[in-house]
Amino acid sequence: MLHRLLGKLSSKKSKKVGVLRCEAGGSHSAAQPILLGISEKLMRRGCPVSASSLLRDRRGTSSLTILKKNLEPYAFISPTILLLVVLMVVPVGLVIKYSFYDNVIVNQFPKFVGLDNYFAIVKDEAFRIALVNTSMLTVGSVLAHLLIGLSFATLLNSGLISNFSKALFRMIYILPWLFTVAIIAILWRMILNPNGVINYILTTVHLTGSPIEWLSNEKTALLSVIFINIWAGYPFYMTSILAGLQGIPRDLYEAATVDGASAFQQFINVTLPQLRPIIISMTMLDLIWTSQQFALIWMTTGGGPMTATEMLGTYTYKLAFSQYQFSQAATSAVVLFVLSMLLAFFYVRNQKARD
Amino acid sequence: MAAQTKQKRLISKIAVLIGLCLGAIFAGFPVFWMFLNSFKPNSEIFAFPPKIISDNFTLAGYHEIFSNPEKIRFFTNSYVVSISVTLLTLLVAIQAAYAFSRFDFPGKSTFNIVILSLQAVPPITLMIPYFGLMVTLKLYNTYQGLILTYMVFTLPYAIIMMTGYFNTLPRELDEAVKLDGGGALATLWRILVPVSIPGIVSVGIYTFMISWNEYLFALTLTRTQEMRTVPIGIQLLMGQHSYEWNEMMAMSILGSLPVLVLFLFFQRYFMGGLTSGAVKA
Repeated sequence: MLHRLLGKLSSKKSKKVGVLRCEAGGSHSAAQPILLGISEKLMRRGCPVSASSLLRDRRGTSSLTILKKNLEPYAFISPTILLLVVLMVVPVGLVIKYSFYDNVIVNQFPKFVGLDNYFAIVKDEAFRIALVNTSMLTVGSVLAHLLIGLSFATLLNSGLISNFSKALFRMIYILPWLFTVAIIAILWRMILNPNGVINYILTTVHLTGSPIEWLSNEKTALLSVIFINIWAGYPFYMTSILAGLQGIPRDLYEAATVDGASAFQQFINVTLPQLRPIIISMTMLDLIWTSQQFALIWMTTGGGPMTATEMLGTYTYKLAFSQYQFSQAATSAVVLFVLSMLLAFFYVRNQKARD
Repeated sequence: MAAQTKQKRLISKIAVLIGLCLGAIFAGFPVFWMFLNSFKPNSEIFAFPPKIISDNFTLAGYHEIFSNPEKIRFFTNSYVVSISVTLLTLLVAIQAAYAFSRFDFPGKSTFNIVILSLQAVPPITLMIPYFGLMVTLKLYNTYQGLILTYMVFTLPYAIIMMTGYFNTLPRELDEAVKLDGGGALATLWRILVPVSIPGIVSVGIYTFMISWNEYLFALTLTRTQEMRTVPIGIQLLMGQHSYEWNEMMAMSILGSLPVLVLFLFFQRYFMGGLTSGAVKA
């Protein structure tokens, strides 16, 4: 698609460029004051265009133009920087500051207490439970996502089925991705309801005597929540792995077949190594996102029963917005932030290494 | 020999199909069940044994939503916010991506790393100071507040993906116009943007999905009923009176419609663009 477009463009290039020169001069004089506030006269050149403008020497340009040239990229990124500083960097700074003070937000003049909030958090049993639950949810989900994503993508990439079946199944498999968390939460609360369809099936085939309260039983709540999170998240892996599979050169498999490698050996020795970079990126992003999971837990169990499904996200939210313990909440939020940044560090390093 | 391979092939084919069908039950059954339940009267949602298709097929769930201006308002809000976020994110991200792709400037790689890692900032960490910040900026309980907040989360990804896309386009494409006297801004909008439509569509869809689905900030940064978005609206149905499951299912179907339609029309961009962007990032 892109190549076709490019081809089309380059065939028209000579003609198009000529037109563009005039238009470009016009649009630039309008945009310039907003962007840089530099005299627009400088920009009103080359219209009407002479052939010599194509050969213009850069040495002839004034120092103002050079300054403008140097500032140009900053002008392009300034809206982004402004927004991210005001709404991302400032709040993160504030929350870190809060974690060192007592009674923030509630009290107008909070007292500096050093690391006291951190000690208080670590001593809180609910926090430790939340940490353990978050790890279980994260590890369980990431492993299952990877496994399911890989299996579905491999099945969909099989040469044995028709393109129509492929398209149909791919469509079905991607469904969970198209629903928002609020909907996924309600949907599963309905399905896992004691009188719901899962319990009906289980009791009918006598796997269980009485209906199970999946989400409100302390023993099953965490497993249920992990299961829902798995269901909601695997399509992200599947689509990426599928794209990766389609990018593996065919001759690698042909060479392996010539060497007498079985299908399984090919999978281990060709497919997996080729998919490695994708799998690593996906896994890291998923680790980051799942450890921050709040909405799904909040809308299915609210962290309960008791603390059975308490996560760092729900723990922080409750501290802040139902107990108004903003200092401790900020501390817990900082812990989550540091964890995420640690994971992000490895993610960024991995991405940079690939570039 | 030939017959044996043929038989072997058939067996593998059957195995693959069985695997695919099992997967389809796992992936599709819950959605199918939601769809069916949206057409049942509320009393039959938990009927024992469950009814696949109700004898009392009804559109009551849907009718309830369409006849209530308060509920229609949830949808209007979601559309206003999501479409604004999408357009503004694209506008800002395209400019930033252009700078990252086509210029070398001091601080570039630092900005790059910062933007990459900003993707990992937990929303809940921002939540605590946000409330105060939004009140100070007079953005609490407004469209603008939600739109700017969502952009903070959509921008990093959009910039990374657009930069990746621009990087695949040859520099000669825009250099020629630049030498010719066209400024950088003109080069971007007249040359690069038109060629990048597939990438822009992917980023746009992704941005729309994020804003349409957002829950945490919609919950905490809006106060009045007339500012609530669809995800919050669905949740509100759960508390008000007794659970109106059929209505919730109908609202879920309607609330998923925009994303489903986007997916149906732009499937190619979903599969190709999104993932190659995520992987390239």
